[in-house]
Amino acid sequence: MIRVVLPHHLRNLARVGSEVQLEVDGPVTTRAILDALEARYPTLCGTIRDHVTQKRRPFLRFFVCEEDVSLDSPEVPLPEAIASGAEPFYIIGAIAGG
Amino acid sequence: MSKVRVLVGTRKGAFVLNSDGKRENWEVSGPHFGGWEVYHVKGSPVDPNRLYASQSSGWFGQVIQRSDDGGKTWDAVGNKFVYEGTPGTHLWYDGTPHPWEFKRVWHLEPSLTDPDTVFAGVEDAALFRTTDGGQTWNELAGLREHGSGSRWQPGAGGMCLHTIILDPSNPKRIYIAISAAGAFRTDDGGETWTPINRGLRSEFMPEPTAEVGHCVHRLAMHRSHPNVLFMQKHWDVMRTDNAGDSWQEVSGNLPTDFGFAIDVHAHEPETIYVVPIKSDSEHYPPEGKLRVYRSRTGGNDWEPLTSGLPQSNCFVNVLRDAMAVDTLDSCGIYFGTSGGQVYMSPDAGDNWTAIVRDLPPVVSVEVQTLA
Repeated sequence: MIRVVLPHHLRNLARVGSEVQLEVDGPVTTRAILDALEARYPTLCGTIRDHVTQKRRPFLRFFVCEEDVSLDSPEVPLPEAIASGAEPFYIIGAIAGG
Repeated sequence: MSKVRVLVGTRKGAFVLNSDGKRENWEVSGPHFGGWEVYHVKGSPVDPNRLYASQSSGWFGQVIQRSDDGGKTWDAVGNKFVYEGTPGTHLWYDGTPHPWEFKRVWHLEPSLTDPDTVFAGVEDAALFRTTDGGQTWNELAGLREHGSGSRWQPGAGGMCLHTIILDPSNPKRIYIAISAAGAFRTDDGGETWTPINRGLRSEFMPEPTAEVGHCVHRLAMHRSHPNVLFMQKHWDVMRTDNAGDSWQEVSGNLPTDFGFAIDVHAHEPETIYVVPIKSDSEHYPPEGKLRVYRSRTGGNDWEPLTSGLPQSNCFVNVLRDAMAVDTLDSCGIYFGTSGGQVYMSPDAGDNWTAIVRDLPPVVSVEVQTLA
C-alpha cells in the first residue's frame, strides 16, 4: 500500500483527506505512483503533470524520506519505505505567489 | 416572480449572488473553489441551472467545473486542452518567435441551443469547443492557423482569447477577440476565420492600421442587431454596423477612451455602457471617481453615471469580462472591480448600489435572469 500526501488544493479537488492510499503494480516509481493516483482520481489529471508531456508542473515538488526527488527520473525505483507504506510520497506546492 | 443570479469570478474563487426581481436583497454563496483563480463562470441559455466555470492556478493548471443545479454543487469535468497539430510560434513581447503554450481558459461561452456545447477562449490564444458537457475539448484550429497567427503578440495580460459572441440569427457566425491580435469572424461555424479590424488604429504598432495586432479588450452585441458590434479597444471605443467589415470610432466626449468593459442595454440596442480608465499606465478611474458612462445614441454622446458610486479616492479597475446586464423590464447593469465590489443598477445605470464590497479582486461578472 502506497501512501500519498497531497497539497491542500488537490485534496479539495479530489475530495479526499490529507493522505490517500494506493495499490501500485510492479516497481514503485514516481511515474507508477502518479499513474495510479490519476487512475484513482481522474480529476487530478493535468494538475500535477502536463497532460501531454507528462512533465511535472513547475511549482510542484516530490519528496520521499525527506529527499527531494523532483529532478530524478520518474522511472527510478523509490526506497523500500515508500513501497512498504512506512513513509508517504509527498506532493508539495511551492510557497510562492499571493 | 423573476429571479436574478449573478455569477462572479474572482482571483480567489467563485461567488453566486441570488436575488428576486426587485434586486434589493441578496444571498451570497461562496467561495466556490476557494483560493483558485476563477476567470469566468457562465450559464447555459437553454438550461440556466447548467453552469460552467474556469478554475485555474499557477501551481495546478486548469480545471473546468460544471454545475447542474445552479451553482449549489459542482463537479470537475475535462481539462485537457491540446492544440491541434504542431502549434508553432507567435511573437513574444520582444518581437521574437515564442512557442504556443496553453496557460488557462479566459472565457466560456455556452451554446445558444445545446447545454452540452460550450466554446472556450484560451491563453495562448485559441478557440476550443466541447459537445459533451465539458468532458472533452477540441480546438477549432482554423482560427489559429488562418495565416496571421505567427504575428499575434501578447498584451500585458497575456495572449488571450477573451471574447466569444455567438450570433443568435446565424448559428454559423461567431465573433471572437484576442489581445493583442484583434477581432475575427467565422461564417462557417469555425472552419475558417477572417480578421475584422479595418478602421482600427493602434499607435503602438509599427503599422497602426495593420490587419492584425490590435489590442481589442472587449466586444459587445445586442441580440436583435447581430451586425452591430461595439468594441472597447485598448484605447478607443469603436462600433461596426456591418458585422466587423469596417469600424468607426465613437469615443466622443468620454474623459478617456481607455478601458476594458463594454456592454449593451438588454432592451435598447443603441444604449451602451463603458467604464473609462485613466490610461494603460494607470489602471484606475480618472480623478479617483468611479463613473460608468452611458450613450443612448450608440456612441459619441456619453453621460456619466455616478449616483451611488464612489466619487473620491477610488482607484479600482474594471476588467473586460466584469460587466453584464440582466433582461428584466427595468434593465439591470452589473460590474465588478479589482477592489472586490460588485455594483448593480436596477434602473439602467441611473442609480447604483454595491451588492458586495469585500470579495477578492473581481475578474468576471455574468448575470442570469431566471423565470
